[in-house]
Amino acid sequence: MTANPRPNFTHWLKSGNQWVWMTAGAVSLSLVMVFGLLFIIATNGLAHFWPASVAQVVRDGGDGTHETLLGEIVDAETVAAARVRDSGGRVPPDATVVKRLLLKVGNRDLGDSDFRWVSEPEITTPDYPAEAVVIERGEWGNFYGFVTGLSEHGKALDVANVWAELAPRLQRGQALREQIAHIEKRDIGSVNYQLEQLRLRERVLGKAGDIAGQRALLAPRAALEARFVALSDTLAGLNSEIKRDGLRVKTVTGVERTISIDKIVRLYRPNQMRWREKIAHYFTKLGEFVSDEPREANTEGGVFPAIFGTVLMVMVMSVLVTPFGVIAAVYLREYAKPGPITSAIRIAVNNLAGVPSVVYGVFGFGFFVYFLGGNIDRLFFADKLPAPTFGTPGLLWSALTLALLTVPVVIVATEEGLARIPRALREGSLALGATKAETLWRTVLPMATPAMMTGLILAVARAAGEVAPLMMVGVVKLAPSLPFDGDFPYLHLDRKFMHLGFHIFDVGFQSPNVEAARPLVYATALLLVVIIMSLNLAAIQIRNRLREKYNAADH
Amino acid sequence: MTDANLSELARAELSHRGWRMLKDRLFGLVTAVGGVTVILAILTIFFYLLYVVFPLLRGAALTTEWRSATPLGAVRYLALNEYADVAFAVADDGTYRFEPVKTGAALVSGNLVPRGERLTAAHGSQHAQATLALGFASGKALLVRPSYLVNFNGNVRHTTPQLTYPAGVAPINAAPDGSAIKLVTAEASDDAITIIALTAANELYLTHLSRQPSLLEDESTFEQHQVQIPLAEPLPAFLMMDVDQSELYVISATGHVTYYDIRNKEAPKLVQDLQVAAPDTKITAAAFLSGGTSLLLGDNHGTVTQWFPVRDEENNYQLTRIRRFSALSDPVVAITPEYYRKGFAALDESGTLGLFHTTAERTLLTVPHLANAPLALAYSAHADVLAMVDGTEHLTLRGVANTHPEVSWRALWGKVWYEGRSQPEFIWQSSSASSDFEPKFSLTPLAFGTLKAAVYAMVFAIPVAIFGALYTAYFMHSRLRIYVKPSIEIMAALPTVILGFLAGLWLAPLIETHLIGVLGATLLLPLTFFAAALVWSRVPGALRHRVPDGFEVLLLIPVVCAVLWLAMDLSQPLEQLWFGGNLPRWLTRELGLTYDQRNSLVVGIAMGFAVIPNIFSISEDAIFGVPRQLTTGSLALGATPWQTVTRVVLLTASPGIFSAIMIGLGRAVGETMIVLMSTGNTPIMDASIFTGFRALSANIAVEMPESEINSTHYRVLFLAALVLFAVTFIFNTVAELVRQRLRAKYGNL
Repeated sequence: MTANPRPNFTHWLKSGNQWVWMTAGAVSLSLVMVFGLLFIIATNGLAHFWPASVAQVVRDGGDGTHETLLGEIVDAETVAAARVRDSGGRVPPDATVVKRLLLKVGNRDLGDSDFRWVSEPEITTPDYPAEAVVIERGEWGNFYGFVTGLSEHGKALDVANVWAELAPRLQRGQALREQIAHIEKRDIGSVNYQLEQLRLRERVLGKAGDIAGQRALLAPRAALEARFVALSDTLAGLNSEIKRDGLRVKTVTGVERTISIDKIVRLYRPNQMRWREKIAHYFTKLGEFVSDEPREANTEGGVFPAIFGTVLMVMVMSVLVTPFGVIAAVYLREYAKPGPITSAIRIAVNNLAGVPSVVYGVFGFGFFVYFLGGNIDRLFFADKLPAPTFGTPGLLWSALTLALLTVPVVIVATEEGLARIPRALREGSLALGATKAETLWRTVLPMATPAMMTGLILAVARAAGEVAPLMMVGVVKLAPSLPFDGDFPYLHLDRKFMHLGFHIFDVGFQSPNVEAARPLVYATALLLVVIIMSLNLAAIQIRNRLREKYNAADH
Repeated sequence: MTDANLSELARAELSHRGWRMLKDRLFGLVTAVGGVTVILAILTIFFYLLYVVFPLLRGAALTTEWRSATPLGAVRYLALNEYADVAFAVADDGTYRFEPVKTGAALVSGNLVPRGERLTAAHGSQHAQATLALGFASGKALLVRPSYLVNFNGNVRHTTPQLTYPAGVAPINAAPDGSAIKLVTAEASDDAITIIALTAANELYLTHLSRQPSLLEDESTFEQHQVQIPLAEPLPAFLMMDVDQSELYVISATGHVTYYDIRNKEAPKLVQDLQVAAPDTKITAAAFLSGGTSLLLGDNHGTVTQWFPVRDEENNYQLTRIRRFSALSDPVVAITPEYYRKGFAALDESGTLGLFHTTAERTLLTVPHLANAPLALAYSAHADVLAMVDGTEHLTLRGVANTHPEVSWRALWGKVWYEGRSQPEFIWQSSSASSDFEPKFSLTPLAFGTLKAAVYAMVFAIPVAIFGALYTAYFMHSRLRIYVKPSIEIMAALPTVILGFLAGLWLAPLIETHLIGVLGATLLLPLTFFAAALVWSRVPGALRHRVPDGFEVLLLIPVVCAVLWLAMDLSQPLEQLWFGGNLPRWLTRELGLTYDQRNSLVVGIAMGFAVIPNIFSISEDAIFGVPRQLTTGSLALGATPWQTVTRVVLLTASPGIFSAIMIGLGRAVGETMIVLMSTGNTPIMDASIFTGFRALSANIAVEMPESEINSTHYRVLFLAALVLFAVTFIFNTVAELVRQRLRAKYGNL
């Protein structure tokens, strides 16, 4: 074989074996891309919560100036020397490539940018001062620096052990903040909602000329207003309480600042944390991410309202889509006779699946929101006009639009399930005298439930990831209140809501500080991927089990 | 049991059965309704989109009609107030009337000519701040503007008309003393007034008044100065000055136009001197289009032409004819523009009315013999009422239903010469801050963007997906296949917002710094696969046979990783060596190629990624479904596996693969989030892989929430959605029909 390679090579070429390898390469490339993508999302998304060490470097400005920087090293890359030179970095003259680091230096309120690129040749070896502190603040992003002392009512406190004294004060601030948040969000929100309802009733009565009825509303209104005043007073008191304590800090360049305790969300010294502490910190932050409200124009904090909105929307959608999809599938599989109508239905199903989602958005915006919603408002909510109730994008219209979009998924999955149910079962039922409807209702449909579940799960997975149509029919970047709360009628289908997918788009592309928001977007993306992948895997599992079951029943 | 009992039972049984039968029938009916609802859903979407789009295609119509009871005199100038309920008419002798329309308000009338003056010229402009200029025999001019005080008493509107004098009640010297004014025109803004006057001695004067700040708030004084403009035209018939007081056109009846730049009021500059009409043509009417950029000239053949200054390469402006409208046949006597759109109305001598729109190049309506011997014509501010005075001197008001004149086939898909542009172009620019903005609704750049995205995505996706499908369906070991197929298919479920986010924020910066690596990898990967095949064929059999057939893909995964890593790692050093360290900049400097960070290469990869699972899955099914006897037959006849694949498998499965490509294409065309997030969304038409674009779908997503309901913009966005719907409908239907045929064919084999 090896004795005479030349003719062998042409022979080998002719066999086309290299093309087989080429096709294998395409599969390998696809797999590498698939898993590479998941890997990128996972590593970036999970790294977000880890308390990275804080490095201190001295940057030699080249003109005799030296600059000390303190921050987390968030990225490193090797680039061509010319690029570094173009962006103002110093490079040894003979270097072709230079490694540069991206430092998150924070302190947005002090410096001009909270991220800095530094090239390796111009800095000293990073140093990790044990006392370096990271303060997550309610505004202006992270602070990096050192704690110097405490203050009360603006006056510096003389304490021996700052850290021992700080912990209870932080706890106090935390407790006060929770109280304030509770009053602002729940109590005042609820009072406002009830006042608004009263105002509407008053308007209705006023139009009807019912003076007595209007007068009867005065007492509850006065009570509500009194409650509002009381709450505002409490709030003002708490607000001045929380402003009592301050934390005195200084940056690495020596700039001193006092940070009010109420602005401190979290404070830690990553360089002296042990592994156990880091892991605990990691999971606390992870928990905060899924259960907290967003802060700072969505670039910090949690994504709870987005998770809540997504889940509620797909739930409403499931209620709408399941009956419709299942009935259509039953018709196609059990009743329809081959012919033009059936063929048209199949083409319609395929097209419903293939029409771009943005077209559904346009349709939902025009037909549901303006046409249906506008008419519902005119008929049932005329008192509120011109403020729209359903004549504006909201949860119901989003759910309805996505129900339309996901109907083919349910139809296809249910049909497949129905097709797999052995003939023998139906025939048995029919032979015992059951009508076709009874056979379907008592025998076939119960057996096809897992298939319907599969369809529903796939529909939910699709809906959870759709963004383009939702941008038009109900999603907002920041919803003031959740669409489900303690005020009657509890489920507010007319409200706008937040959505994980839209959150990714909005924070990643419309926030002023994309670099700072990026880790959070990765984390949100990871969350969404995990949800959708698990739903899909669950659907596949159910389907496979179903197949095996009926394959066994068939033989 | 008695007979009676039995029959009772039987009856009960019968009625029970009847009930069951009924239920059975009902059940069938409900499901049938459910099935048909699916068709209904898709039809509702289609027809609703069509229903919203349809008004774009409709022309204009005249609706209501109202005629004044008394004649108004020989009206020379006509204007309507904002609500079109009061008409302001000025007759030849300087008498004016505020004529209420349909309301019982008192008529206000009088004479505009001050005592001791004789009216010799008058001209009024037609826009929201229209000014009527009156020229007198004494060489003086008076500026008058109708204004309306509106107050509401409950829901009832009361309009009180009054006259205001932008330049003061006293006439102004617009020409040297005693030289009678033959032609006059004026424009007044809040702080500057320009009056152009032509005397009987054919001398042209520009008088400029600029408001001087005064200590008292209400009072102010004007600083006045006057220059004579050398006249190139012996017999001017029209003086036309734009609303910004920056251009002046002196037009003769024979079609000789002199174009002056009067931005510098002290030194007006002659820009151009040209003949705009053929020898046998007479200019019979002139007006500015809203915004004052375009000049409309009507001639004795009934043709209206649009002209505006176009900048040439040397930065010189040339008055250029842009379009002509020849729907009228008799001499044009009056042209009146809409205030806020680029439309106008024209009347010819026979009284035929024409409604036109310039950008769309559309004749929306022609109504013959509407006004006999017409005298004056005016639009209301919102172009919903048209006022006419004809030879009988009666005022006629007609309601105008003309909601979407700015859209036509040509405006949507063709090149349009917009105001201020140097040539006809495709432009999408739907909104702007200013009110006299010319909306640019060309869908061509957006459709081009969609197509560009789809093409680049398919270039990447088709080879990978179909090669992958071939291998997975035909060569891959079945034990591997049950894992590999779902792994690739599950990517179809990945939200596109995540792909878009990664493309925009991770891939785009990566490609910008590793452009050589990315381009190199596309070349290097196939070469490596080839080399790997060669190497593997040289590997000693003992080792080779330890990897069963159909597992090559596992061997290649580390190879792919290594090649990609190598390409990325070498990218920056090579860039430094060959391209001065920055390939994008090198491309711009050396080859003149624009490089956007979010470009079509990024979209191609990201969207390719999104459509690969679709194409892969369907074509894999098609290839896997090729009957075994065909391939085994081929192999038995001595063909190599690859020969079998190309000659037998691919041919048999080609309809399925075609259908897969159609579905992939449908998805690429409609995909929104990826194109929205990974391109710059600028609507340019450029096929280069290094520039971005704006796709139809992304445009809808961006602009829909901000568009005003039922506006032209709103309907054009619906049209864009309808186009997407139609395109994907065709792709999907063709794919489905092909698939149905394929199914029938395999059934036979």
